[in-house]
Amino acid sequence: MPTSNNGIEGVVLDERMAVSITEMTSVCGIEVEVVRMMVSEGVLHPRGAAPEQWSFSGTEVQRARRALRLQRDLELNLAGAALALDLLEEIDRLRSRVRCLEQHLGSVRDADGS
Amino acid sequence: MEYKDYYKILGVSRDASQDEIKRAYRKLARKFHPDVSKEPDAEVRFKEVNEANEVLKDPEKRAQYDALGSGWSAGDEFRPPPGAGAHRREYDFSPEDAARFSDFFSSIFGGMGGGMGGGMGGGMGGKSGFRGAGMDEGMFRQRGADQTARIQISLEDAYHGASRQLKLDVPEIDRDGRVTMRTRTLKVRIPAGVVEGQQIRLAGQGGPGRGGDNGDLYLQIELLPHPLYRAEGRDLHLNLPVAPWEAALGATVPVPTLGGTVTLKIPAGSQSTQRLRLRGRGLPGKTPGDAYVQLQIVNPPADSDDAKAAYRELSQRFDHFNPRSKLGV
Repeated sequence: MPTSNNGIEGVVLDERMAVSITEMTSVCGIEVEVVRMMVSEGVLHPRGAAPEQWSFSGTEVQRARRALRLQRDLELNLAGAALALDLLEEIDRLRSRVRCLEQHLGSVRDADGS
Repeated sequence: MEYKDYYKILGVSRDASQDEIKRAYRKLARKFHPDVSKEPDAEVRFKEVNEANEVLKDPEKRAQYDALGSGWSAGDEFRPPPGAGAHRREYDFSPEDAARFSDFFSSIFGGMGGGMGGGMGGGMGGKSGFRGAGMDEGMFRQRGADQTARIQISLEDAYHGASRQLKLDVPEIDRDGRVTMRTRTLKVRIPAGVVEGQQIRLAGQGGPGRGGDNGDLYLQIELLPHPLYRAEGRDLHLNLPVAPWEAALGATVPVPTLGGTVTLKIPAGSQSTQRLRLRGRGLPGKTPGDAYVQLQIVNPPADSDDAKAAYRELSQRFDHFNPRSKLGV
């Protein structure tokens, strides 16, 4: 891992990152079969047709880890974790939308009306 | 160390059935799961709830806990009863689990490696449920636990990149195989272009392994609110105050962006709330975000005779202008 005066440099789990199925298993500490199941359940969407050619982005790695935590901690099956994940991501999007919109609203004053 | 009231944590009575305990746990686990909950103390609460469940769901551990008696209150100074070691049964936990449990828990049920003592800490077999990459039956290779820490940064730092000093509580395994917490200082580089919720993986900087690799450290980015900009993914939003005549006649005005001041051409006939897009002026990335500038017409104050006269003249010149025509009034 590169280290400099500026500190340890990590890897950002973003769209630029490309991870093979083998790397995915080692980062998440899971078997190949679990990755395959996540792909067939639609939790993960790798680029590439066959598993040997699969390439996962950093956001997919983050998704996989989140799905695994949800499965383990809440005793969900994969389909349940997939649903929770989709809903959580939707909530995150909506929250950030709401935050944006809230700042557009002006302050409120009581008005005289007749 | 502090006594922990596991029944209170799960919100059940001391004579609760195993079913009631399970129900209470499931409900609280969903509520405080760090991936689900937005409660500020979700992580701490989730840990507590898990620990309480770990004990109460298992009749043997529950009996051992109950044997401490019911005279305790949460937060009481607790010392393990003398001689308890002779009868007590200790358990083995993976480093990931052991790190999640409190001192109080370890003092009753043992820490990692079942408190083998004698500096060996060995003899641990292939217990089930371990997240052990490369763990062989009867062997002693245990990958360290992955850790996640949140890190708050400003939008400026997200845009330009930054270095940060972090203090992390990390579990360490002493010679007796027990887990203790230590504060570790770590300087990390945050690259330019991170966004809210994104994670940075620092390989090998997580929990220590035992014969195996260290776990990884994940830093989760949280962006602090900014006085001018709001971030939505890589896009930035900004309110731009303009004078009525700038909006009406068109103008070239300066606009602050994270990358520095740019000049923006406001088209003639612009209205309040109209949005203009500055392509690529958002947060950097593979596809850089855009900056959205929302116009906000600001009227000069009518605080002098001169200013009032100007407004009166405006109203006379626009005799037939009805801003509410669309409302039918």
